[in-house]
Amino acid sequence: MSLHVPTMAEMMAKGESPEILFWVGCSGSFDDRAKKITKALVKILNECKVNFAVLGAEENCSGDPAKRAGNEFTFQMQAMMNIQILEGYDVKKIVTACPHCFNTLKNEYPELGGNYEVIHHTQLIQELINQGQLALKGGGTYKGKKITFHDPCYLGRANDVYDAPRELIKKLDGELVEMKRCKTKGLCCGAGGAQMFKEAEKGDKEINVERTEEALETNADIIATGCPFCNTMMTDGLKSFNKENEVEVLDVAELIANAADL
Amino acid sequence: MVSIAVFAIISLAGFGFFAWNILKIRSNIRLGRDLDRSDRRSERWKTMALVALGQKKMFTRPIPALLHLAIYAAFVITQIELIEIVVDGLSGEHRTFREALGGFYTFMVSFIEILSFLALIATFIFLARRNLLKLPRFNMKEMKGWPKMDANLILFMEIILVSCIFTMNGADEVLYNRGLSHATDLGDGSLGLSVSSYLGPLLFDGMSDGTLHTLERIGWWGHIAMVFSFLNYLPYSKHLHILFAFPNTYYSNLEAKGRFTNMESVTTEVKLMMDPTADPYAAPAEGAAEPQRFGAKDANDLTWKNLMDSYSCTECGRCTSSCPANITGKLLSPRKIMMDTRDRIEEIGNNVRKHGKDYDDGKSLLGDFITEEEIWACTSCNACVQECPVNIDPLAIIVDLRRYLVMEESKMPTELAGMLTNIENNGAPWQFSPADRLNWKDEA
Repeated sequence: MSLHVPTMAEMMAKGESPEILFWVGCSGSFDDRAKKITKALVKILNECKVNFAVLGAEENCSGDPAKRAGNEFTFQMQAMMNIQILEGYDVKKIVTACPHCFNTLKNEYPELGGNYEVIHHTQLIQELINQGQLALKGGGTYKGKKITFHDPCYLGRANDVYDAPRELIKKLDGELVEMKRCKTKGLCCGAGGAQMFKEAEKGDKEINVERTEEALETNADIIATGCPFCNTMMTDGLKSFNKENEVEVLDVAELIANAADL
Repeated sequence: MVSIAVFAIISLAGFGFFAWNILKIRSNIRLGRDLDRSDRRSERWKTMALVALGQKKMFTRPIPALLHLAIYAAFVITQIELIEIVVDGLSGEHRTFREALGGFYTFMVSFIEILSFLALIATFIFLARRNLLKLPRFNMKEMKGWPKMDANLILFMEIILVSCIFTMNGADEVLYNRGLSHATDLGDGSLGLSVSSYLGPLLFDGMSDGTLHTLERIGWWGHIAMVFSFLNYLPYSKHLHILFAFPNTYYSNLEAKGRFTNMESVTTEVKLMMDPTADPYAAPAEGAAEPQRFGAKDANDLTWKNLMDSYSCTECGRCTSSCPANITGKLLSPRKIMMDTRDRIEEIGNNVRKHGKDYDDGKSLLGDFITEEEIWACTSCNACVQECPVNIDPLAIIVDLRRYLVMEESKMPTELAGMLTNIENNGAPWQFSPADRLNWKDEA
């Protein structure tokens, strides 16, 4: 099945405007692993015939890592460029598959003049399922599997979204198992605050190893998450335990797309 | 008469010195930068009621929360008895309110006694947790020396204080039994207090009348002396949280935790850069404020709320014990960030008072107290902010220190410099062309 991914520019040329902009983000655009998440979400959007578009080449980094690294200049330059583009397309509603883009667009753009309704993709998928637009075939994709959810900090503590991803996992025919530190007490994967782009400081353990160890203690078959950075960190963590063939790291969008046979 | 005069002098000195110290702290906090937290008042009162008064966040760890509640409740309720002590002290009467309040008096003081007894038990358990069980979060690097001593001192003071209460009431009970108490004899044979009517006879029964009178006075004076010592110890101690928890939660950050503050000064510059009609050589407007340093190098570059946070910290270490960097052995400890900030603003405040406003002692928060290694270990995960029982925000300080390093000194880990260059050059933290953003669409 080929993906239907219109850009804002194409839609505008046809005199149309989408209901919602899918903000793909840099990971979702360039990182090989994260691209699969992007495609899973697009499959869901296509299946539900959601009238969406992407910015394509006009999208720019939201500025999150620059801001967390302390470079407010670079952040605001990015933000203002993005806001101009979004304004040009009169964007009202945005969905992102990355909690970092989500947080920045939702919380940090308004003060610079960018006001949108921003939702995380798990929230959108939950809405689609609740409205009956997406049916999970129940073909036993995850029958008997244990799934644990790793809370991304920028979704959970930063924005208090704990339920949407869990509600989705509960809709699968697998079993949701919680780690000892979850929800408000969830342990970071180690990538936030621009750590994704640098080596960790000197210590006696890598944060992602500590977190993966905790996930493995639940005996889960799948570590689910909702963030491309967390995905990378947990995948690397599994490799350090040589468990990459036994345990899978999947985004909630991928779990749902698989269960819906997309 | 002499005792009334002594009491009045002690009280005046006690409250006066305390007020003087609090004003000093207030002036230290005002060394910080402006921040507007005058909005959303009803939400702020509510936050304060829940978090400070109701101790909502303490209860994520139920056992210490219950022990803490016993001490906290005893402390708050005892203030009522303190009113009587002050009235007695100034009037020379004894148990002034007993006759007037009747059964309610017995109930109130009994309630205080029960809470004090529970507080005493909690205090012993807290001492054991710190010194015998050696809970890791109380025995980290930054807790060596004075902070550890500070914590123990408070607990010892608590024990003396409660012991004084029971000595006072217990001895008085035995005296009352003998019809010798200075309290008005209501012909009921006992003061009827919940703990001391048992404890008193148990401990003091065989003692002479004179000894009992002396003990009762030792208890009474010891109690009030401890109250004033405690009050005046607070401004020098982490224990100041018992007062600062209230304003500090009132002025909490009510925004989403993920939202970092916007730097207005940068917004102005960026808008100028993006405005084609802006005159790059324009002189600053008449009366424009002197440009401030970007971010924070020293404690007085932080906002007053950051500084209030530092005075509200009681060094419980919940932040540090939940910090992913600290858990994995990195140098960062959010608690230390708060302790350093407090130590440094104290130092700056003293310098300002001694040598004037522009005095430079050649030291700064970043460098002499907090190292770069510490602030670069932070993942900005907000666990410390989430955990703090009095809504302290160590992350805000860490971010402001990073801002100074990056924007004023261009000092950052090399990989981050590369990441920033990529964002500036090609709009992504990695080196990919913006033209390739949609390539995923057609990849198998």
